[in-house]
Amino acid sequence: MLSSPFIAQPSSVSQIMLRVLLALIPGIALYVWYFGPAILVSITLASITALATEAVMLKLRSRPIKPFISDNTALLTAWLLALSIPPLAPWWLVVVGTAFAIAVSKHLYGGLGSNPFNPAMIGYAVLIISFPVHMTHWLTPHALGGVELSFVEQLNYIFNGVLPSHLTLDAITMATALDTLKTQLHLGLSVSDIRDMPIYGRLAGKGSEMVAIGFAIGGLYLIFTRIISWHLPVAYLAALFATAGVFHLVDPQHYVTPLFHWFSGAAMIGAFFILTDPVTSPTTAKGKIIFAVGAGILTYLIRVFGGFPDGMAFATLLMNICVPLIDAYTQPKVFGKKGAGK
Amino acid sequence: MRTLFAFHGGVHPPTHKDESTRTPIAQTPLPSKLVIPLSQHVGNRAVPIVQVGERVLKGQKIGRPEGKLSSAVHASTSGTVSAIDMQLVAHHSGLPDLCVTLIPDGKDEWIAHGGVDTKQTSHSELRHLLRKAGVVGLGGAVFPSDLKTDAHHHKIKTLVINGAECEPYITCDDMLMRERATDILRGAGILRELLHAEEVLIGIEDNKPEAIAAMQLAVGQDKHDKMEVLSVPTMYPSGGAKQLIRILTGIEVAAGVRSTEMGVQCFNVATAYTVWRALAHGEPLLSRIVTVTGNVSDAQNFDVLIGTPLDELVALAGSKPDTDRHIMGGPMMGVDLPAGTVGITKATNCIIESSPKLFPPQPPALPCIRCTRCTDVCPAELQPQDLYWFAKANNFGKTQEFHLFDCIECGACAYVCPSNIPLVQYYRYAKSEIHERERDKKAADLARERHEYRQLRIERDKQEKAEKLAQKEREAAAKAAQAAATPDDTQQRLIEEALARAKAQAAVAHPQNTETLTPGQSAEIAAIEARRAKIREMAADAGADDEPPKSH
Repeated sequence: MLSSPFIAQPSSVSQIMLRVLLALIPGIALYVWYFGPAILVSITLASITALATEAVMLKLRSRPIKPFISDNTALLTAWLLALSIPPLAPWWLVVVGTAFAIAVSKHLYGGLGSNPFNPAMIGYAVLIISFPVHMTHWLTPHALGGVELSFVEQLNYIFNGVLPSHLTLDAITMATALDTLKTQLHLGLSVSDIRDMPIYGRLAGKGSEMVAIGFAIGGLYLIFTRIISWHLPVAYLAALFATAGVFHLVDPQHYVTPLFHWFSGAAMIGAFFILTDPVTSPTTAKGKIIFAVGAGILTYLIRVFGGFPDGMAFATLLMNICVPLIDAYTQPKVFGKKGAGK
Repeated sequence: MRTLFAFHGGVHPPTHKDESTRTPIAQTPLPSKLVIPLSQHVGNRAVPIVQVGERVLKGQKIGRPEGKLSSAVHASTSGTVSAIDMQLVAHHSGLPDLCVTLIPDGKDEWIAHGGVDTKQTSHSELRHLLRKAGVVGLGGAVFPSDLKTDAHHHKIKTLVINGAECEPYITCDDMLMRERATDILRGAGILRELLHAEEVLIGIEDNKPEAIAAMQLAVGQDKHDKMEVLSVPTMYPSGGAKQLIRILTGIEVAAGVRSTEMGVQCFNVATAYTVWRALAHGEPLLSRIVTVTGNVSDAQNFDVLIGTPLDELVALAGSKPDTDRHIMGGPMMGVDLPAGTVGITKATNCIIESSPKLFPPQPPALPCIRCTRCTDVCPAELQPQDLYWFAKANNFGKTQEFHLFDCIECGACAYVCPSNIPLVQYYRYAKSEIHERERDKKAADLARERHEYRQLRIERDKQEKAEKLAQKEREAAAKAAQAAATPDDTQQRLIEEALARAKAQAAVAHPQNTETLTPGQSAEIAAIEARRAKIREMAADAGADDEPPKSH
């Protein structure tokens, strides 16, 4: 005898994750538009690595391969990690990061649904700690005009590490907007001087600010289609804005505007795509807000006072640890028991 | 316009109600036999009061209620009792239960019956009549209605009449409201009287405009005062009693709390209808409206005699050959019936003939990804993903901490789960395990108490024996000493002693502490004796059910 309910809404994990992947496309398209197609190479590499690692791990864990490999979660991890790595990074960097993310931070912790940490952010953390230099060679956007590699030359560099003889790596890459800001502030420049540098656009870094807008558009689509709830992105961006705003108001020559922080680094992709990983974020509405506010403040503190150029990944991982505690202390009152003590 | 309230969550499954509302309620022909379970209600199973081979009349009581929480069962038509035995019944347990099988004689001959003037009849008499007529809640809970009409001295403000019928496919209440609105409202009127309720609010989902119109028209025609028909938004499970009370009054009745304590009581429309038929016409609950839908050629509603075999009923609607299951109730909370031979019961509101095409099996479940879609739709405002986690880990203490017993098993969580986890099954499992453990614990406690008492008794016996022995030895020693002192009158003394002993024994054997009573004590004893006689009399009455029990 079967048990009710006998009907179900046609929805699946695989569909949800597919919608999230689709929502990344505006950001990726703008990425390609401003920085060239190299990012597509990293995404492809990461995707293949992720699926292969997922299959091997499922096999080793004696789990059915087909339902799990088609759930699209490994692909999502791969895409998010690829988007956090410089596109010109050598191929093995992407492969090592993705394989670690899937094998260790996902499957060794119990696989889908059981991992306490966001796998893509673990992959990023491993890479930035182990290979910090490779992780800083970001492409210069077209808008800056300098020398550019053709797609074939990019491929040649990614896979063989060979640049055209007349070019050096420094000529075609640069530090990110956040990184440059931090270095220049250390050198004694004021925020207004730095903002006048050619790499900056209206909001933040030229090109990268547009990519951030692309991710925000995709994120809004996810909110409106109810794939994600508004709590995490709104609370995160609000906390980041508020923290940056306070510092900026106190000393605008040392602390950039809140909008700069919104549209730099991983803030937008983090708010809509990384923090919102349901497995590693709290389940209660109140808990989500606490989690995201914590991540927003930590992101700012790490960016401004920490040793790494961006703080999104570490802020996420630090808040991931707190999720069971947050959930336990934010249990809402149930039907009919709101007035009473319990 | 009255303001309605919203409850948290809810889902919008496809309703599939149009299929079975195209034709009026059809009368079923007399079936070849009736299988009438004696337990069709919450509480104790009714006790059969007919013999195999006995001829019974339509409306004749065949099972009398046993104890307070129970209900009567009647012969749905005239005929001969062919068996009283264990048979499969329409119940989620899938276990057999005691049933009376009746072979109809085709005459459909009524027992003498008649209604009462409800205005002139005492409330305790009306409740007794409801109990005698076997009236129970027809919305699915089948709780004896006579008990629900007693507000236990709580002041009732609102009587909610539930016509929401939120489950997909089911349309029996819809059709009943369309066709028999007047009688429903009159039943509601009596229920209001019994509860001394100020107002009556009738909640109907807005996907039933015909029913709403019919009910509103009937309210106007009969000039019912303070009785309002309200259209509530279509949203499963708005027909849950707690949810409908919340929608109409804003009151949230917590789990484990009686709604009457909060000034509300709720009855289903079909129950109100049955109340009217039972009191005004003297008709016991012999039939009910059943929707037959799903994998059938002519989905429709039937007025079905209780006990009609399922197979004979679904054949009337043209059940298709690829039907593999019969579901009683709706697709969200329904029960997969164990066999086609089971009889229709008072709880059977709908039969969905199911095929693999209609309700395809769910794909294999994936792990929970904590997406909280279940939390978003849970009308009890629980954390279904946490309950699932704890139930799966057999962490039953935690499930209770997370309010497992507030779960109404509406299935909304499982309906939206993207990982296809059969969540409700986990909750049912946890609930039954907890009940089982509590039973075990009670049994163990009882056994331990018994053992301890036995140890105590053995110890006491030992001590008493030892004391007696010591006493004897002392007596023997004393005797020897006396014999040594006065050897002459031993004979005389022994006789005297024996006499004294006999006297003492007589006094012990016949303690007559009633011989020295004060007049006050005597009066008290007389009063107690009188009360006991009365109780014996009432118990006999309740058993026979011929007279109303004395109101309390």
